[in-house]
This record gives sequence, C-alpha cells and structure tokens, in this order.
Amino acid sequence: MTQPAAATGDRAPIRVVLAKLGLDGHDRGLKVVARMLRDAGMEVIYLGLRQTTDTVIAAVEQEDADVIGLSMHNAGHLALATRILQALDDEGLDVPVIIGGIVPEEDVDALVAMGISAVLHPGASAVEVAEAVRGSLGDRSVRD
Amino acid sequence: MTEPGELLERAVAGERRALGRLLSLVEQGGEAADGIAEMVHGQASGQAAVIGITGAPGTGKSTLVGHLVDGMTSSGARPAVLAVDPSSPLTGGAILGDRIRMDGVAGGRAFIRSMATRGHAGGLALAVPAALRLFETCGFGPLVVETVGVGQVEVDVTRTADTTVVMMAPGMGDAVQANKAGLLEIADVLVVNKADRPGAEDTRRDLEHMLDLSRITGLAQHWRPEIIMTTATTGDGADQVQTAIQAHQAHLADTGQQEARRQARIRQEVLDRVTQHLGTKASQYLSTNPDALREALNGDRTPAATAAKISKRLLSNQPPI
Repeated sequence: MTQPAAATGDRAPIRVVLAKLGLDGHDRGLKVVARMLRDAGMEVIYLGLRQTTDTVIAAVEQEDADVIGLSMHNAGHLALATRILQALDDEGLDVPVIIGGIVPEEDVDALVAMGISAVLHPGASAVEVAEAVRGSLGDRSVRD
Repeated sequence: MTEPGELLERAVAGERRALGRLLSLVEQGGEAADGIAEMVHGQASGQAAVIGITGAPGTGKSTLVGHLVDGMTSSGARPAVLAVDPSSPLTGGAILGDRIRMDGVAGGRAFIRSMATRGHAGGLALAVPAALRLFETCGFGPLVVETVGVGQVEVDVTRTADTTVVMMAPGMGDAVQANKAGLLEIADVLVVNKADRPGAEDTRRDLEHMLDLSRITGLAQHWRPEIIMTTATTGDGADQVQTAIQAHQAHLADTGQQEARRQARIRQEVLDRVTQHLGTKASQYLSTNPDALREALNGDRTPAATAAKISKRLLSNQPPI
C-alpha cells in the first residue's frame, strides 16, 4: 500500500499528457506507452486520438502536466513538432515534448535541434520510455 | 517556485495554468495546501452547486459529463470538473482517462482536472473539498465531481455533493442486485445509460421497483429519484439529466436541505482531517515505539486490547509504554 504523499513528504508523481495530433489513427503504441508510464509510477493524462495543439495546451495548463508525449505515425512530425513548440512558446509554457512513433533517423537531429526533448522509436523498452520522460525533466524531475 | 499567494491572484484573474498549479499543491497536501486553504477561506462562498457523478466503470460517466458541461457552458455557466480515477496500489502510477471522453469542452469556459486517488488513506477525501473551494474562488460553478463507484472513499466523496447522480447500464444485474445495499441508495438522480442497448428497459423497471420498495419501507419519504434513459455517445437524454439535477436542487432549496448538506460536508471534512491527523500520530507512535507492539506480536495480548492501550496513551498524551 502506498503511503499518502503528504504524510511521507514524497514528491508527487510526474504527470504526463499523451496525445496524437490531427489525422492519425494509430494509437496502439500510445496505449502501450501509457501503460509503461503508469507502471513507472507516473500519472498519465490520456487524450488519445485527433487532438489539436489547442486541446493539448489546454490539458497541460489545467492538468499541470510536467511532460508532453506525442505519438506520430503520419509523417507529419516535422510540421506538427514545429506547431506544438510554437504554441508552447506563445503561451510561455516551459514543458518538455517527447515524440514517439515512426520517425526516420535523418529527421531526429532536426527535431532535437528545434527543441524536442527526445525521440522514441518502435521497440523502445519500458525502461527507455520512462527514462526519456525523467531525462526530459532534468533536475526538475523532483517536483517542488 | 512561484509563491501560492501570487498563483492565487493570477488564478482568480483567470490564468488557468496558475489554477492548475494550485490544484497540484492542494492535492499534494501538507503546509502549502494548508496555506492555500487559509488564503481561499472567506473568498469562496460555498454556495456553488456540487454535483457528484458515480457508477460502475464503463457506464458512461465521463461521456455524459462532457454533454452536461457542454449544456452548462451554453447557458452561460463556467463549470469545473474534478474527474477522479484510481492509482495503482503497486506503483502509484495512474492512467487518467476521463478527459478523453470530454472532447471539445475543455478549451472553452469549462475547466477539467483529472485527479488520481494516489492510494491516500483519506487523502482524496481531503484533496477534493480543497480543490472545489479553489474552483469556486476562481469563479467556477457548478462543480462536478466524477468518481468510480467502487471504494468507500470514492463513494463518500460523491455522497457529500448537493446532488448525486448514479449511473447504470443494462446487463449489470437483476432486481436482486438493484435491491442490494450500496450505491443506488445514495442516488438523487438515476441514469440508465446505453439506452439503445438491449435490456435497458429491464434495468429501468428493476430500478423503479427498487424505488417503490424504498417508499414502502419508509426509507425514502421526501424525494424519489427520477430515472433518466440516456445514450451518452450521442448525447440523447443529457438535457433531461440536467433538468432532473435542477429539479433536485430546487427541492433542496425549498426544503432547507441545501444548508443541511453544506453543514454535513463541513462536518465530514473536519472529521476526515482529524482522522488523518490521529492516524499519522498513531503511525509515528508505532514507528518510534516498537515495544508497543510486542505484547500483540508474541500473543500475550489481543491486537484489539493492544490498540485500546495505545489509543488511551495517545489521546491522553501519556509517555510511551
């Protein structure tokens, strides 16, 4: 039985918003990732399919999310990453974004250069996925 | 870290991120949460209607809430939703999957917050009223709390609402199930969702009979919950649910029960806090006085007698055994 966080002084669980943007129906991978993060002790706010940058931003604000995870299987990753990073910037939100899914190796550097924290490929292990989330927070992974 | 006082100013001014952060702080409990409670005190009137929605997993609670919230915002209200889902007892993680069913309503005037139960012994019971007061201070109302209808804490949280909506779906049991003690008894409004599925009318009939018996036995004298048939996926019936909720709230106001429920809520919250406080004290006592358990462990004394002895010492502030 987990102890109440307040009583033990433990930090709160990391909160992650998971979504797919736009017209992209392949959500099986994202569901697996949700389960991996749950089992790593994180709280997953699962938005699922056909989200927009606006709904993701609204969820991040209302849910006080620490990290955004976006799944992409529609070859739109470069355009969509640009859009979400711009939207976060416009709102003054400093929340790391991780992309997972089908991303050609030659696009990874471009995504990282524009500010994506990590790119996870098919076959990433549960440990790798959880580490990518914790790593994206750096020393913020211990919440205040 | 931004000071809670500044966060509250920004949240009251309409900044959603500040409210989101404050909700995390009250959820975490401890000194920061107590400080926020002090700041909010007097600012929230405690008059915003609290609507609890509960029922078995998969009955369509979140989907219906999405339609209700939609209706409330169209009529000019600024509803806020607290959607509670369970945490894993093994890892503390959670998949909060209510928001996905409330598609399209979160971007507008409504505010939706998902909350995990976090395995708190009473923690959820403390976090929910604190979060509701924050919502109200920031101008939100009505306030909707959605919980899965399993687990005493979840049911209690919903039960302290002004109006409790209990959702059912066809195929989940017969008349005997309907007459078992529990969830159905606390309903002010009953919803049979998935009305397009076979068996929905049977479920309705079983519920009507259950309510008839409540009247015969004298359990329910003043209010007979209306049974509304809905198909949450299409939104059919959501308007009637809203009307039934309003009818119940008018009934509460007419009969003075609104004030009684408000007082019951405050009583429950005080009790929950005292219980948590004493529980923490007892837990600390056992950790720092391992000898206190010895007689129970070696069989010289029953656990009950050991507990009575420790309770007496704790409450009278006597030194450890």
